Amino acid sequence: MAGTLKGIAASDGIAIAKAYLMVDPDLSFEKKTITDADAEVARLHDALDKSKAELSLIKEKAAENLGAEEAEVFEAHLTILSDPELIGNIEDKIKNDAINAEEATKEVTDNFIEMFEAMTDNAYMQERAADIRDVTKRLMSHLLGVELPNPALIDSEVIIVAHDLTPSDTAQLDRHYVKGFITDIGGRTSHSAIMSRTLEIPAVVGSEKATTSVKQGEMMIVDGLTGDAIIDPSEDQIKDYQKKSDEFKAQKAEWEKLKNERTLSKDGVHFDLAANIGTPDDLQGVLDNGGEAIGLFRSEFLYMNASELPSEDDQFEAYKKVVEGMNGKQVVVRTMDIGGDKELPYLPLPEEMNPFLGYRAIRISLDRTDLFRTQLRALLRASAFGNLAIMFPMIATVAEFKKARAIYDDERQKMIDAGSKVGDIQVGMMMEIPAAAMIADKLAKYVDFFSIGTNDLIQYSFAADRGNEKVAYLYQPYNPSLLRLIKQTIDASHAEGKWTGMCGEMAGDQIAVPILMGLGLDEFSMSATSILKTRALMKRLTTDDMKKLAEKAVTEAETNEDVIKLVKETVNND
Amino acid sequence: MEKRDFHVIAETGIHARPATLLVQSASKFNSDIQLTYKDKSVNLKSIMGVMSLGVGQGADVTISADGDDEADAIAALEDTMKKEGLSD
Repeated sequence: MAGTLKGIAASDGIAIAKAYLMVDPDLSFEKKTITDADAEVARLHDALDKSKAELSLIKEKAAENLGAEEAEVFEAHLTILSDPELIGNIEDKIKNDAINAEEATKEVTDNFIEMFEAMTDNAYMQERAADIRDVTKRLMSHLLGVELPNPALIDSEVIIVAHDLTPSDTAQLDRHYVKGFITDIGGRTSHSAIMSRTLEIPAVVGSEKATTSVKQGEMMIVDGLTGDAIIDPSEDQIKDYQKKSDEFKAQKAEWEKLKNERTLSKDGVHFDLAANIGTPDDLQGVLDNGGEAIGLFRSEFLYMNASELPSEDDQFEAYKKVVEGMNGKQVVVRTMDIGGDKELPYLPLPEEMNPFLGYRAIRISLDRTDLFRTQLRALLRASAFGNLAIMFPMIATVAEFKKARAIYDDERQKMIDAGSKVGDIQVGMMMEIPAAAMIADKLAKYVDFFSIGTNDLIQYSFAADRGNEKVAYLYQPYNPSLLRLIKQTIDASHAEGKWTGMCGEMAGDQIAVPILMGLGLDEFSMSATSILKTRALMKRLTTDDMKKLAEKAVTEAETNEDVIKLVKETVNND
Repeated sequence: MEKRDFHVIAETGIHARPATLLVQSASKFNSDIQLTYKDKSVNLKSIMGVMSLGVGQGADVTISADGDDEADAIAALEDTMKKEGLSD
């Protein structure tokens, strides 16, 4: 049925192909008493033969497309289907209990599964339980005459439509034929999203209803750039998207050439293009996309995915891994930015009416200095292994920064006194509260750098919750009011010989970048996948022109729209 | 009836690929072939049976074959046991 779906853009690119639903069919059945046992046994053997034939084919395909190792699991499945004990037991059950093949199969296989799963000291046997379960599913599908999804048998171009994709699902997929993914659940960091980026396959995740809206074999378009999907598109739509896809591919090839280049404007001025990351696993993406630094390493993952407070050692290992991986390039770690909107079992925080205006981030760190000191010690230790910088989130006043810095200085001194090696660390702050931006000149005396967190700065400046759809129109990143706060921050840092970065979505925004260049922003930190695109844009722009543009945007423009228009007139943004 | 005792040296015992190969090897013969471990015997032509024994490293097992090709079967299975590093 024609229609559109909206999800989260998980992996760039456009896919146009037939839908392949990876959804298990209904395998439910009723227990029946039978009279003709021989006929029932014959039915069982028919299903066994069909399952074996299918598995042999899958095995062959898997060996061809994925390698011998992936094919081996199917060999194991075949052995199970030929097992005299298993088959003998099922046959006996059919004859002795006079029950249908489905019920007999279920009872016998359940027994084996239970037996293997009970061997809790043996991970191997427990995995075999999963094999039996898989094989049973296949046998059952043939008994019931329904079709299982067989991703290994895909032999034409498809878009995989699934509720979610597990690692074992994806292991069976042939990259030549899988043109795109769309899933019901998941976000940008779910397994399916990460994998689609690794495989560079366009993907949309979290569409909520892909599996219930799309029919097997239906033509569809997945736009991984916007998160849109079109079911049963018209010829014109296909043509349009084909064009968009070709353009994207050509563009990507162009960007790829810039991977190892420094980021320079047309007149040769260097800007740092950095990446935002959430876990050490994101490091590879930064390197693959030519990131010149990490401008924001969120430390929250250490707290969010844990059942207890992360130890100093665990934190140290995570920071060290990233710092070493960047091989001398700067890594800016933001200290814990958690508040009442997140539930942590080991750190009960009061539920608040306004968690974004409440007890969070540095406010917790300055209160719970035990947690803060643990994190600082882990960071100090990691600093010996590369180029590490620290920034504090949600600083509103000079006093807060001084207090945080004093605790840092104290821990640093203790470590040096104890004879530990500590690197040179720049200590800065997030600029995300308007009150702080207003006194940027004062704060600039104490910090080594500012990093503008635009998502929060916009939300706090416009007093508009970024999660509230009804006030979404107030998300105005180009509004002169915001640009003035940014300009003030950058100017204040430069006056003290310090630098300013930006680590919100805006830093990689193609409308904002020209203005930010003109305002003299030193470091742009964004999603790794936006780096090459931004590097290509900056290469076309001259700083003098951008200064004039920024000046106009800050002084002459009245609205968000005025600024967009100004940029589009100046920069031929395509 | 032919019988042979084996001492299992493989670190993972009779599991995974070696178990599958042993079963495949046994399945080539007409004889009734049993694997015995701790007084429990299973059909060596059944992967489920073999795995359900949970034979670990250091176990002493007996393979017995009964049928017209019992001698060949035992010889072939001994060969598999050694080739797959299950026993010395």
